[in-house]
Amino acid sequence: MNLATNRPVAFRFQLFVAGDAQNSVQAIANLTALCRTYLPNQHEIRIVDVFQEPKRALAEGIFMTPTLLKVSPLPVRRIVGTLSHTQVVLQALGLEMEAVAA
Amino acid sequence: MKSMLAQVLKGRSKSPTGISGLDEITGGGLPTGRTTLMVGGPGSGKTIFALQFLVHGARECNEPGIFVAFEETGARIITNAEGFGWNLPELRPKQLDFIDAQPSPDLIQSGNFDLGGLLAVLEAECESMGARRIVFDAIDIMLALLPDAAAKRREVYRLHEWLLAHELTGLITAKAGGDETNSTPISEQPFGFMQFMVDCAVMLNHSVVLGVSQRNLRVQKYRGSSFDENESPFVIGNRGFEVAVARPLGRGLLNVSKERVSSGVERLDTMLGGGYYRGATVLITGFPGTAKTTLSGAFAEAACVRGERTVFVSFDADSNEVVRDLGSVGIRLDRHVESGMLRMISARTVTGSAETYLVRIKTLAKEHAARCVVIDPVSTWTKSGDGLSAHSVAERLVDWSKAEGITLLCTSLLDELSHREEGGTSLQISTLADTWIHVDYLVQAGERNRGLSIIKSRGTSHSNQVRELVLSNDGVTLADIYTAGGEVLMGTLRWEKESAERVASEMAEVAGKLKRVRLDAEEAELEVRLKSLQTELIAKQVEKALLFHTTATHERELTHGDNRMRELRGADAAAPAIEASTP
Repeated sequence: MNLATNRPVAFRFQLFVAGDAQNSVQAIANLTALCRTYLPNQHEIRIVDVFQEPKRALAEGIFMTPTLLKVSPLPVRRIVGTLSHTQVVLQALGLEMEAVAA
Repeated sequence: MKSMLAQVLKGRSKSPTGISGLDEITGGGLPTGRTTLMVGGPGSGKTIFALQFLVHGARECNEPGIFVAFEETGARIITNAEGFGWNLPELRPKQLDFIDAQPSPDLIQSGNFDLGGLLAVLEAECESMGARRIVFDAIDIMLALLPDAAAKRREVYRLHEWLLAHELTGLITAKAGGDETNSTPISEQPFGFMQFMVDCAVMLNHSVVLGVSQRNLRVQKYRGSSFDENESPFVIGNRGFEVAVARPLGRGLLNVSKERVSSGVERLDTMLGGGYYRGATVLITGFPGTAKTTLSGAFAEAACVRGERTVFVSFDADSNEVVRDLGSVGIRLDRHVESGMLRMISARTVTGSAETYLVRIKTLAKEHAARCVVIDPVSTWTKSGDGLSAHSVAERLVDWSKAEGITLLCTSLLDELSHREEGGTSLQISTLADTWIHVDYLVQAGERNRGLSIIKSRGTSHSNQVRELVLSNDGVTLADIYTAGGEVLMGTLRWEKESAERVASEMAEVAGKLKRVRLDAEEAELEVRLKSLQTELIAKQVEKALLFHTTATHERELTHGDNRMRELRGADAAAPAIEASTP
């Protein structure tokens, strides 16, 4: 479920989810909405289902789901939860100023 | 009743923890395929317990295990556990694996989350290594991130369901608010609901009583099984977790021996009717300086001479000092120390609780394969921590030594200021002891002498007399004491009395001899007199016979003479004869 576009991608996300658990489904929806609003056409989201790829989850140390990993731009950030507090998420992603500007 | 218990114990399979004591309390270990919760304060030993549970499973039960570490990293846990000799690196990763699940400190949280990731990882791990046991260490760290009680509850139930579904034997540890886990109602405790959920709950608490650390373990619940509900003290020794339990019921009767072992003092053996029983507990009480240590030393020496390995634990003095001091009364322990027969241990009282000492003594005795153990004095235990726990320790010490068939000799110091009359010990070990010897001193005529008496000795006839305990260069012996005018004589007074008696008896002997001689003389004299009288009697009899004879002759002569005269006169008839006869 990649939402990559043809434009240069500034933000790469990995979202670790636990199958179709409620929290995970919410997180996917929240992230998609957030990206659409604040990062139109400059993001790439990769959804990783921990039940499908447990080895990856272990390697990344993902034990709480959903967990959002901002792979680029550096530094890597991880946000745990349904991403329902938009302000917190934006702040964590360093997008707050831009959000205000927008 | 017993068979019912056995049935219940059998009914549910249990996973042994390898923790000595706990398996006895729970009748075999933690419930297999179920979840156990362990709650304890900081530093109460939860992690060590959990790790030991996994190590035992991996090593002894062929049950690989996973350690999910929420608080410390696996690497740190391995380093910390190095001292226990479990050799964890050897087990990794096939039999024992660590999963570092510490939330990273810069973690940002937004909204709800669940433990789906963890379960996915565990699922894969379990499958690949065939894990049967799993530990979640410090789950409270993870739960603290969850926003509300409902979420916490949901995640714990999720975990529980998962464990049940996979039939894993789970152990979850969680921190309790403080040391006093028992003082707040369960439901008000932060993770109280977990205690209702799990099949088995174990509480650890760590308290400081009078400056001495005291650790206790209590099994709070165990579904479908009987268990020992009382708080049991435990220690973290050099082999890990050890829970102190009284001799479990149903292990059968003790192997009671009728064999006697020498006390090391010949006359004391006689007083006891042959010595102590093997496997008995002997208590020697007395005030300072009443030769308690000397009696212990004599016992230890006798044991070593018999070739029985012995442990001598001294709480008062350094072991070298004890050896030297006892050498001065002819008790030679040095050679037995050198030959390895005797192990001297000096344990000062300042460190540790009574519980710690008990575990150490047990370990030492096991290592040394001891048949006799001396503890001098056991009363030191009351100094460390509270008297109640010291008493229960003493009780377990006695139980343990009996179960092992070890002859145990304890001395107990009596406080000079208290209970002089009663003579009882504050540990109340006197009621547990099989033989109780009391040593006292008596101040009299400017001397302080030691008196020994046997207060009780179960199953052996014993002397009820007080004896004087005499220490000399040649050793220890007992002497009879004298009672004169209601007073007990000892020491010099006893010697004086003894010598006076010797003189008196000599004099009596001489007097007797004299009297016999005199009587002999009198007897001889009487015999002589008897003989002379007998001779006299015979003479008289002869005289009497002669007299009789003479008279008869005379009469005959007279009669004969008359007739002759008549014939000569030619007298006629008898008439003139009558005249003639009366001239």
